[in-house]
Amino acid sequence: MNRRKLEEKCVKGLMVLSTLLIFGTLALILATVVIKGLPALDWAMISQIPKGGFYLGKEGGILNAILGSLYLAGGATLLALILGLPVVLYLNVFARKDSRIAAFTRFSLDVLWGVPSIVFGAFGFIIMLSAGMRASLLGGILTVTLLILPILCRAMDEVIRMVPPDLLEASYAVGATRLQTALKVVVRQALAGILTAVLIAFGRGIGDAASVLFTAGFSDQIPTSLNQPAATLPLAIFFQLGTPFHQVQQRAYASALILTVVILVTSVLSRLLSRTFTRHTIQ
Amino acid sequence: MPNSSRPFRLWLDRMAGRSMAVLTGFACLIVVLMAVGLYWKSRPILESKSLGELLFSEAWYPLRGQFGFKPFILGSICVTGVAIAIAVPLCLLTAVYLAEYAPRWIRNGSKPLIDLLAGIPSVVYGVWGILVVVPMVAHFASSLRLTTSGYCVLSAGIVLAVMVAPVILHVTVEILRSVPREFREASLSLGATHWQTIKHVILRKALPGVIAAIVLGLSRAFGETMAVLMVAGNVPKTPGSVFDPAYPLPALIANNYGEMMSIPLYDSAMLLSCLILMIIVLLFNILARLVLIQAEKQVQ
Repeated sequence: MNRRKLEEKCVKGLMVLSTLLIFGTLALILATVVIKGLPALDWAMISQIPKGGFYLGKEGGILNAILGSLYLAGGATLLALILGLPVVLYLNVFARKDSRIAAFTRFSLDVLWGVPSIVFGAFGFIIMLSAGMRASLLGGILTVTLLILPILCRAMDEVIRMVPPDLLEASYAVGATRLQTALKVVVRQALAGILTAVLIAFGRGIGDAASVLFTAGFSDQIPTSLNQPAATLPLAIFFQLGTPFHQVQQRAYASALILTVVILVTSVLSRLLSRTFTRHTIQ
Repeated sequence: MPNSSRPFRLWLDRMAGRSMAVLTGFACLIVVLMAVGLYWKSRPILESKSLGELLFSEAWYPLRGQFGFKPFILGSICVTGVAIAIAVPLCLLTAVYLAEYAPRWIRNGSKPLIDLLAGIPSVVYGVWGILVVVPMVAHFASSLRLTTSGYCVLSAGIVLAVMVAPVILHVTVEILRSVPREFREASLSLGATHWQTIKHVILRKALPGVIAAIVLGLSRAFGETMAVLMVAGNVPKTPGSVFDPAYPLPALIANNYGEMMSIPLYDSAMLLSCLILMIIVLLFNILARLVLIQAEKQVQ
């Protein structure tokens, strides 16, 4: 009797320890980024583009990378939403819920989710080469769209699946078509979840470096058209860390802090939004 | 025009249904398209060299036309293996704690934290790895009287372990929570302690799902690029110990693809390594997803 209790106590102690270790590591990562990044962060970092000799430690900032990342992730999220929302509505409204097509699509989206982002990058580059495109904002947007499409679709699917079937039937009963039901009832009911999904996808898109490594290029200028190469935050961090100069490396830490803050804000925002918008849904 | 508006909206509905079906088909096909595209582009090297030579040769001298992927494949396997060995015990213990023992406020509070951990970009993990893990490992190795720069298999494994933890945790907690309450109650009513119930009933029932969660984490670790690139050391040689540098496949691609296009077959070799990476990860993923779908059916 005593041994059983003792074993339970020991295992439970181990569990608490490992839980503390995992969440402690999260805290450690955030603390490291803040402690290292904050001293190097100043207004010039955020408000200026790199001046001559920036990567040798001269003046300038990373506004090009911040805006480049926002353009890129924003464009990709918009495109993925335009492609993904019809897919999800098709799965949940047009196709029957337990149909084979729906199951297969969910499966292949899950598998696509698992494909490493570097493979997306290489695939995007093949497509761009065969289309005669150079590394550009557009190339980056297209590649990141493919990367976040499965995330966006599956996250939206999870919420739209939860829309009660009675609601659909009520809409059909007053004579609405499936399209009208999908756009005016289902989307409105699941709006909170859709917005959360969009922000999750945006966060993933802005943080990914491997997929834009070959496709978006890098530039010290802020891109003014889709055909120009665009700098991105993750790559800016990577390149700055790769230089042998202490001051430039410091800036990499500051850039990492900026990226982390963007991600944190996105994450918090998605939670707030989902809370604000669920007030209008029918339970 | 009340009369003509009715056919129009029906027509619109049908058109919308069709175009949505086309988009859905496209979404399903992306994976296939990627695999076919990569295969098509890596055919030149597959035709001029035998697969055995490519996969099992140690010689990586692109300038002399020798492309042996063995060091990179083994590098990937070592790094992933270390990551899984670290992450699995910690994640299992944590998942059981969160699903079974933790008070509700901890369980609910942990969810956004796990999501946050999953959302941190891999470059930031890489920065953390360089700042904290690499010096730590170098210090540890020097206390064992080993010489290493710290940029080695162990550092990459630790960073990867932290990165895959949210994936494994998320799925495992969900699987553990989905074990029907009757099983728990039957075991408890026979006088088993909570831990005995977990050990003999819940974990046994959830085993396929837990394995699937681990495999999902494994495939995430296998394909992870930036963080590994930053801390693994990148020396094209098969690592002999955890303190040796490694050069995993994704790092190879990230470092070299798009450059040196003038070397014959180089481009093709890079895309072949993408294809190898994708096939391995796809196999893992398909297996894990099938098991999870099966587990989901059982619950319902």
